[in-house]
Amino acid sequence: MAAGVAAWLPFARAAAIGWMPVANLPMPVAPTEKNKRQDELIVLNVSGRRFQTWRNTLDRYPDTLLGSSEKEFFYDEETKEYFFDRDPDVFRSILNFYRTGKLHYPRYECISSYDEELAFFGIIPEIIGDCCYEEYKDRKRENAERLMDDQEDNKDSKLPNMTFRETMWRAFENPHTSTMALVFYYVTGFFIAVSVITNVVETVPCGSSPNQKDVPCGERYTVAFFCMDTACVMIFTVEYLLRLFAAPSRYRFMRSVMSIIDVVAILPYYIGLVMTNNEDVSGAFVTLRVFRVFRIFKFSRHSQGLRILGYTLKSCASELGFLLFSLTMAIIIFATVMFYAEKGSTSSKFTSIPASFWYTIVTMTTLGYGDMVPKTIAGKIFGSICSLSGVLVIALPVPVIVSNFSRIYHQNQRADKRRAQKVQKARLARIRISKTGTSNAFLHSKRNGLLNEALDLTGSTEDERHHNKTTSLLESQHHHLLHCLEKTTNHEFVDEHLYEQNCLEGALQNYTSRSPSLSSSGGLTGTCCSRRSRRKSAHLPNSAMSPGPPHGLQELSAVHIHRSDRPPLSTSRSSLNLMPDEAMRLNCKSGQITTAIISIPTPPGTTPEGDGHGPPSPSVQTTAGSSVVKVSAL
Amino acid sequence: MNLEGLEMIAVLVVVVLFVKVLEQFGLLEASYDDSVEDELELSAVRHRPEGLEQLEAQTRFTRKELQVLYRGFKNECPSGVVNEDTFKDIYSQFFPQGDASTYAHFLFNAFDTDHNGSVSFEDFVMGLSILLRGSVQEKLNWAFNLYDINKDGYITKEEMLDIMKAIYDMMGKCTYPILKEEAPRQHVEIFFQKMDKNKDGVVTIDEFIDCCQNDENIMRSMQLFENVI
Repeated sequence: MAAGVAAWLPFARAAAIGWMPVANLPMPVAPTEKNKRQDELIVLNVSGRRFQTWRNTLDRYPDTLLGSSEKEFFYDEETKEYFFDRDPDVFRSILNFYRTGKLHYPRYECISSYDEELAFFGIIPEIIGDCCYEEYKDRKRENAERLMDDQEDNKDSKLPNMTFRETMWRAFENPHTSTMALVFYYVTGFFIAVSVITNVVETVPCGSSPNQKDVPCGERYTVAFFCMDTACVMIFTVEYLLRLFAAPSRYRFMRSVMSIIDVVAILPYYIGLVMTNNEDVSGAFVTLRVFRVFRIFKFSRHSQGLRILGYTLKSCASELGFLLFSLTMAIIIFATVMFYAEKGSTSSKFTSIPASFWYTIVTMTTLGYGDMVPKTIAGKIFGSICSLSGVLVIALPVPVIVSNFSRIYHQNQRADKRRAQKVQKARLARIRISKTGTSNAFLHSKRNGLLNEALDLTGSTEDERHHNKTTSLLESQHHHLLHCLEKTTNHEFVDEHLYEQNCLEGALQNYTSRSPSLSSSGGLTGTCCSRRSRRKSAHLPNSAMSPGPPHGLQELSAVHIHRSDRPPLSTSRSSLNLMPDEAMRLNCKSGQITTAIISIPTPPGTTPEGDGHGPPSPSVQTTAGSSVVKVSAL
Repeated sequence: MNLEGLEMIAVLVVVVLFVKVLEQFGLLEASYDDSVEDELELSAVRHRPEGLEQLEAQTRFTRKELQVLYRGFKNECPSGVVNEDTFKDIYSQFFPQGDASTYAHFLFNAFDTDHNGSVSFEDFVMGLSILLRGSVQEKLNWAFNLYDINKDGYITKEEMLDIMKAIYDMMGKCTYPILKEEAPRQHVEIFFQKMDKNKDGVVTIDEFIDCCQNDENIMRSMQLFENVI
């Protein structure tokens, strides 16, 4: 429950008097406040700075240090105050949490010191308010990555028992791990450079025979260039095959960008080998040669900066798209205007609108070749407006791209969008958890309440009941309020899982047991879940020996067996203190069977976990393992 | 478009740009209505309650209790009054499974005795005084006032149905047994059978109080919240 509105709980309870005249059932007894103290001021001395607040304020959150009896350990008898040897600045935020119900994260505070203080005072960071939660998570992630980076730098030692394949892959990814890898790294780099230079030099005219025009070197020294090309391609092929062999997931490797670049780099050579030097296909052959220049992209394995540039462009795809779109719009507009403006002038170069595109592009990017020039006055005016606007349109998205690049370059992180999605998902999950937390706490305490009464009847030991008393007075009052509502409407709160189970059972019953007793109970209604039976109005605790929906069966032939091995719903903070083992074992003890013939097993819920091993993780859904076995005495 | 037209447009554009440049220099006064800026809206309504002595006299709370109540009230509503949306918000937090806004609306109308759209601390504390420290007669009166939506002195079946639906809405979807559509209506029928003695289709205040005083359950449950504060 949002303890920030704890002050209004008395009002909500008083307003419940409005339900009383319409209720047909007697109301449950209200929880009493034993040893109700007068509210008093308490003094919290944190490293010399004194904070004062009402005791009730601190009692709002009973499972934190300040709200529970744990603070008595810090009580100083002489000065009659609670002394904490902690940071007073951070304590401000913590105390404000008690006052307002919202935990804020101050931006100037170091994330690890803040975390430590929260841990000391027993407050979980997940309840940081929405206003500060993003910032907190960002800082936390940065910190974690920094730690991870440090760890990776230190991690030089080879892991024992790595297979040959794994060693090779590691050598490929981190050239600094072994000398062989380094050698390989430099050799491939050298050959990439050689290949690119060959491609370039091939086209330079070198030496001319007296009777012919300049001949490109490629045609003059064909054999030499061919040998060079072959050597490079062989090295690249070997490298690619080795990488393919060593990759932990071949399929993923083949889909990666680098491997595609590798393939594109060496394929033209092989295609050229296969094809004969025909005149028909020589056009295509020439095109293929263009692809050889992609070898230069292989350098991105060798250069971190190149990778980041590529990554930046990818992540700024939306800004680039916008730039392109706005440029296109402006080009079309100005081209049209210029065309019509220059239509009248003689010998105008602006022969059509597409022809004006060239002029517009050259002007907007402030190139100004001067091959197309407007001559009319209108043309000149619009031309100048065109060039001025070009500067603006291009200048606007560029800083965004630049800042993106610098950010990524400095932090070297993965996709922002994925992170944003996780934060969003985490936030929704938190809101869901807090909502279900309240209702689950109520259902849980209801079960325990019934359990208590059952134990009363069976006369169990004191300490078995004791663990249920850990709910605070506030919680028990709130639960009493919800209980009154149940009584008023003669319906009970159940959790989602049970509700769906009931629906399923109802549907099943529809199919299987068409016994006359069903139809006698008022006929099946049109809702998805058929009615089972009218509940008897007297909800005696006696009849509810098993914690769960009580049986109200009279005429119905189906009997429910509850193997009540439901682990408790542990999402509310207060019930995190409860030991799941004990509660569950107790449930099992009191689970009982009224009749024993099994004919149709309902689809059981998820299998119950072992006896609550490990810490109860805050899960949104209940792992209810109550298998309700239906009996049909047909 | 002929050339003349285009030249005219070009000249117009040049003139407009010239005017803009002059405005920059401050030589031409820019005349546009800046109505948005000048409106200073008094955003928050501040309200200060009457003195402690007066409230003590008017309600049945002690001084200390009033102090505790006011502190809680002001914590949640720093401006001193609650409007309907805040009220609904606060009330909904106690009933996470269902939708408490309709019932909160009726409650709000019941507390807002002077019908000015907001509940001040006085209204709040008067209402609480009746509910927690009032006699059974007063409490029943208050409940009748809550049910009588249009405050005409009669509870009709439609009014009761609205109230009942609002209460059932608070339960939410996941209930046992499954909540059916007619459950509120049936409940209203039972209520009217019990309360409407002369079977004229409405329940008056006297019928209501009479009937409640004869019902043991209701009497007992009225005493339930004696020690809330």
